[in-house]
Amino acid sequence: MAIDPKKHEMPTQAPEVRAHNFKEVALGYSAETAVAEAARCLNCKNQPCVQGCPVNVHIPEFIAKIKTGDFEGAYQEISLSSSLPAVCGRVCPQESQCESKCTLGIKFEPVGIGRLERFVADYHNENCKEAPVAPAPNGHRVAIVGSGPSGLTCAGDLAKKGYKVSVFEALHTAGGVLVYGIPEFRLPKAIVAKEVEGLKALGVDVEPNVVIGKTLTIDELFEEGYEAVFVGSGAGLPNFMNIPGEAYKGVYSANEFLTRSNLMKAYQDSPITPIMKGGKVAVVGGGNVAMDAARTALRLGAEHVYIVYRRSMEELPARKEEVEHAIEEGIDFQLLNNPVEILGYNNPENPRDPMNGFVTGMKCIKMELGEPDAKGRRRPMPIEGSEFVLDVDTVVMAIGTSPNPLIKATTKGLEVNNHGGIIVNENGLTSRENVYAGGDAVTGAATVISAMGAGKVAAKAIDEALSAK
Amino acid sequence: MYKIVRRRELNPTVTQLEIEAPLVAKKAQPGQFIILRVDEDGERIPLTVAGTNPEEGTVKIIFQIVGGTTNLLNHKMEGDSLHDFVGPLGVATHIEGLKKVCIVGGGVGCAIAMPIAQALHAQGCHVTSIIGFRSQDLLILEDEFKACSDTLHVMTDDGSYGRHGNVTVPLKEMLEAGETFDEVITIGPLIMMKFVVLTCKPFNVPCTVSMNPIMIDGTGMCGGCRLTLNQDGKKVTKFACVDGPDFNGYEVDFDEAMSRGRMYADFERHAYEETCNLFNK
Ligand SMILES: Cc1cc2nc3c(=O)[nH]c(=O)nc-3n(C[C@H](O)[C@H](O)[C@H](O)COP(=O)(O)OP(=O)(O)OC[C@H]3O[C@@H](n4cnc5c(N)ncnc54)[C@H](O)[C@@H]3O)c2cc1C
Ligand SMILES: Cc1cc2nc3c(=O)[nH]c(=O)nc-3n(C[C@H](O)[C@H](O)[C@H](O)COP(=O)(O)OP(=O)(O)OC[C@H]3O[C@@H](n4cnc5c(N)ncnc54)[C@H](O)[C@@H]3O)c2cc1C
Ligand code: SF4
Ligand code: SF4
Ligand code: FES
Repeated sequence: MAIDPKKHEMPTQAPEVRAHNFKEVALGYSAETAVAEAARCLNCKNQPCVQGCPVNVHIPEFIAKIKTGDFEGAYQEISLSSSLPAVCGRVCPQESQCESKCTLGIKFEPVGIGRLERFVADYHNENCKEAPVAPAPNGHRVAIVGSGPSGLTCAGDLAKKGYKVSVFEALHTAGGVLVYGIPEFRLPKAIVAKEVEGLKALGVDVEPNVVIGKTLTIDELFEEGYEAVFVGSGAGLPNFMNIPGEAYKGVYSANEFLTRSNLMKAYQDSPITPIMKGGKVAVVGGGNVAMDAARTALRLGAEHVYIVYRRSMEELPARKEEVEHAIEEGIDFQLLNNPVEILGYNNPENPRDPMNGFVTGMKCIKMELGEPDAKGRRRPMPIEGSEFVLDVDTVVMAIGTSPNPLIKATTKGLEVNNHGGIIVNENGLTSRENVYAGGDAVTGAATVISAMGAGKVAAKAIDEALSAK
Repeated sequence: MYKIVRRRELNPTVTQLEIEAPLVAKKAQPGQFIILRVDEDGERIPLTVAGTNPEEGTVKIIFQIVGGTTNLLNHKMEGDSLHDFVGPLGVATHIEGLKKVCIVGGGVGCAIAMPIAQALHAQGCHVTSIIGFRSQDLLILEDEFKACSDTLHVMTDDGSYGRHGNVTVPLKEMLEAGETFDEVITIGPLIMMKFVVLTCKPFNVPCTVSMNPIMIDGTGMCGGCRLTLNQDGKKVTKFACVDGPDFNGYEVDFDEAMSRGRMYADFERHAYEETCNLFNK
């Protein structure tokens, strides 16, 4: 049988429909499509795809089980390496990870590994009603700071070994970026909630509304009898560009814009937490965060949404599928442009004019790509005299984050690098005894799968350290 | 869930609640705040810790009914519970080493200033307090301030109680008469704090202000609470929830903060009317 050169398409909501609702965009494979897509896998001996996955999911093995219709078996195979397949199948940048190494990809489109992973996880969630059983306690207690993918994974792995685990979360809901950042239309919150419920069934205590460093310090956790602490506190404070006009009303960080919409449910018809809806919106940046903010703005009712990015389409760091979806939905990509000033309304005759201080536009300068830098990325250079004004009422800055200094400032002897990331060894151990860390708090903004991987590594190291006691 | 242990109405628009939150009660220092949600799906609002009872595990908050969420909160009675209550957040007010301080509070800002005045008094500092209100029926915490101040000035805008005039009047008189303070600490409406700073300026008295921008997470994640400081001619962005809420009054860009505070004015008016309708049914 000749190999189908193309991945099986995953059905999606039509662009003109989904641009106005918050339901999931991609609808997932049916069982038939999954089996047909699995049939494209060559079951390569050297398994190059596995090398591309940061946690080395047993890809050919789980795909082989799909071929035979053993979907639950496929799930169990993935579970050996990943604890959040329903999430990673949806949000991993597969084109630069597992699928980038797929043998099939040399001549054709690679196997749709992410789509298959998602299918298998959704199948399991729908059909497997067996609640996990809490194992016999082993008497050790571990505290986890933050309930993002790194913290949840570390908690789950330890709980399965009988550790008494408490997860402390600063916000009122567990899930980290998975609940406040990534929108519903890309990752339904019910999936995250189910993961958290699963942990609770394993005996994990999830304590919202506790800010470590404020409500309790890491030293106090040890005093209370926790024997090890894992810090998975995430990427931190949003960056701004430091250009004039960023304080005008209508300028948001992507974190604020997405938090208002996702966590605080400002997308609802009569929300309790406000957000600027409608009008013309410019989102500055080119990563997943920028795509999510732009597509959220569209769904909140914006007339027109721009992505303003200083490099070109090729350099966009966002997942390919999100960029494609954004284009289909009508997001206007203003590439090779950089904002230099945000303009605001000011009525000198009436200082009480309610429109005073609201955004009226964003001045940008056109860019061209110069010589490649040390990393091989071509540096964008401004083209003199090319300034123009985009007519917008809302600006969302999605240009990265800097580490939150709270935990470092309240934990003596915890060392951070010159970017503020917590320093760890290959086991996730920090400069403080029995304090481990992982995820964005260590690496800066990265991916769900790498955060999850870091949680796993630390759980293994914590288990080795404590069971040797 | 966080239970309301005691409730007291201080005036028709200001209510005091004591809430069971043992971890916060153990930790909170004067100048710090909490964030609460009344119900599931509710808005997160910041309120200052107005006092604690660590033995009982309770935290006191004093709030003014200004909009939807504070209105909702005011309809919670003793025995009811709040869905979320997190803290203590922000940096505590720096009071170490202060020997002579003037506290200037305006309206519900007096509730925020009170624990600072009490802490200063307890460390033996000489405390002069000036508290101001629009009129007598809005007066709060007079007895509490009397108990922790060496001198107390009560001002009303309309002269219905205490002295007629705003809080800068006695401050200016004292400074002009040669009175000195290690620091003036002021908390109240932005416009009032702006004028307190202007009053202090010619006399070179250090002046700390407590900023209250709109917040969401309160942990330094969203950037919504940002404000601009002018430090040595350079504009610096700070986050009130993690760097503040106290700032050097001479550095704060008040006009910008006032403008940003009104971002959702229309929306808020609407939300307030809706909760009022809800409770009038
Ligand atoms: C909008 C957006 C879209 C993204 N899209 C993708 C994508 O498509 N694919 C992908 O792979 N990655 C994506 N990412 C990146 C990915 O979400 C992160 O790399 C990942 O979530 C990091 O996980 P973490 O566990 O390190 O931290 P986080 O998910 O950031 O969680 C940290 C948690 O710790 C809590 N916390 C922080 N400080 C404290 C404290 N002192 N005490 C208690 N709790 C604390 C926080 O409130 C938070 O809940 C995206 C990120 C964003 C913001
Ligand atoms: C660190 C901090 C400490 C605070 N401490 C107290 C306190 O101890 N007691 C108290 O009564 N209030 C305090 N506030 C203000 C309080 O948070 C707001 O009054 C509250 O969020 C209003 O919510 P609402 O839904 O009832 O009103 P909204 O409908 O949100 O607003 C109604 C009116 O209040 C104004 N407003 C909205 N948010 C704020 C804000 N954050 N600060 C000032 N005005 C605001 C609006 O512009 C509007 O005019 C504090 C604010 C901060 C940031
Ligand atoms: S976890 Fe992510 S990178 Fe690994 S196989 Fe699954 S989709 Fe690919
Ligand atoms: S590289 Fe591609 S074809 Fe080969 S085993 Fe992996 S998924 Fe299958
Ligand atoms: S309230 Fe979000 S950063 Fe301060």
